[in-house]
Amino acid sequence: MRNQYLKNVATLRLKSDQCMGCGKCIEVCPHNVFLMEDKRSVIVDKDRCMECGACVKNCPFNAIEVKPGVGCAYAIIMGWLTGKEPSCDCSDSRSGNCC
Amino acid sequence: MLVQDKFKKRHYIRGGTSVVQISARELKTIQTSTQLTFSDILGSWKARWGINRMNFKVEPGLYRVGNPSNSSRVLVTANYKMSFDSLRKELNGLDVWILVLDTKGINVWCAAGKGTFGTRELLNRIAIVQLEKVVSHKALILPQLGAPGISAHEVAKFSGFKVIYGPVKAKDVKAFINSGMKATAEMRRVKDSAYDRLVLTPVELVSSFKLSLMIFGVLFLLNLLGLGPFGFVDFYAYMGAVLVGCVLTPVLLPWIPGRAFAWKGWLVGFIWAVLVNVLNGWTTAPQYSGLRALGYLLILPAVAAFFAMNFTGSSTFTSFSGVLKEMRIAVPALIISIFLGIILILSNSFIKL
Repeated sequence: MRNQYLKNVATLRLKSDQCMGCGKCIEVCPHNVFLMEDKRSVIVDKDRCMECGACVKNCPFNAIEVKPGVGCAYAIIMGWLTGKEPSCDCSDSRSGNCC
Repeated sequence: MLVQDKFKKRHYIRGGTSVVQISARELKTIQTSTQLTFSDILGSWKARWGINRMNFKVEPGLYRVGNPSNSSRVLVTANYKMSFDSLRKELNGLDVWILVLDTKGINVWCAAGKGTFGTRELLNRIAIVQLEKVVSHKALILPQLGAPGISAHEVAKFSGFKVIYGPVKAKDVKAFINSGMKATAEMRRVKDSAYDRLVLTPVELVSSFKLSLMIFGVLFLLNLLGLGPFGFVDFYAYMGAVLVGCVLTPVLLPWIPGRAFAWKGWLVGFIWAVLVNVLNGWTTAPQYSGLRALGYLLILPAVAAFFAMNFTGSSTFTSFSGVLKEMRIAVPALIISIFLGIILILSNSFIKL
């Protein structure tokens, strides 16, 4: 059974006029968000996006935008408490999966 | 296990009649094997339980698997020992290089998110190990999950090395290499099985202990002051809620209705709270107070919801925007629920006094 997270929240945007169809985003996306259609990449299911930012970093034409961030409640709580951007820096205090 | 191999190269630069000799930095590579020892496996098991986890590292640098030559493939990984071990154990029979980046002992995916498994570290490491002197080709195989930290086109621009993204899982690396660097769609997707989630739950449980001990301390003090007769029922009711949030909900994740983690944890926690009440004679025993029952119904599901929500950090598919949206509703609701529950249970014990 496939896990599904909240709908209509991902900040992913694809500017298809800048896409040259290199397919790098399809290669790096861990959740099959993109698909090649008529030699251009299209977003097939935005709700699968976890905002990891792999596509943005590897798009040579800057055609993709996303606000990358950690999908981690603990990091967000620590961000609220310390007034900093939430980050995966829980290494010292806690040993969550990620950090 | 590690045999160090050092050899020196010298460059001769001819200028006029004199010969200027410059001694170059030595090339250092480290031999490793594809066999994991008992202590490697024990180390992984300990890390899963949060023991010595932040110090489970290998030295960054260039490692030899088998007997690689200057045309052998170069695989890149993180210096978290569990990452390094899970890669090398899949390379049996191959002659390859492993380039280990300094990710401060963090796994590939998380380090990529933080940027320590990143373009800059990769470029630095290539320079430090003098990779261009070791291999004659210009290709690197990176784990696909390293992509959030790496700009393949920038690596190519600054180092000349072409980044090839391999499969998500190390177990597919051999098939990937043998098929001429072709990953199937299946190899490219992050899978998330109940077992994958189960192995992550011990660390969640261990990290919940600190908070639990603080709560027990407060309850103990209340007992001492005669304010609350907290006993065994409260203990197992609470521990059950922690287990629901840290283990049961994560493992059963896709089968629990709804999408938000806090909601899923709340739902299973609610079932647990009803169970605790029924076991203690709610509705059958008249001495079991409705205030206490209601208090459990307010507190236990909220505790489970909190720990389930924290599992977002261990999941493979939650986005920052999603978790933020969930928390904006969940966090105030959980605080109010727990606060009201505590008032009910305390006032219940006052009435009894």
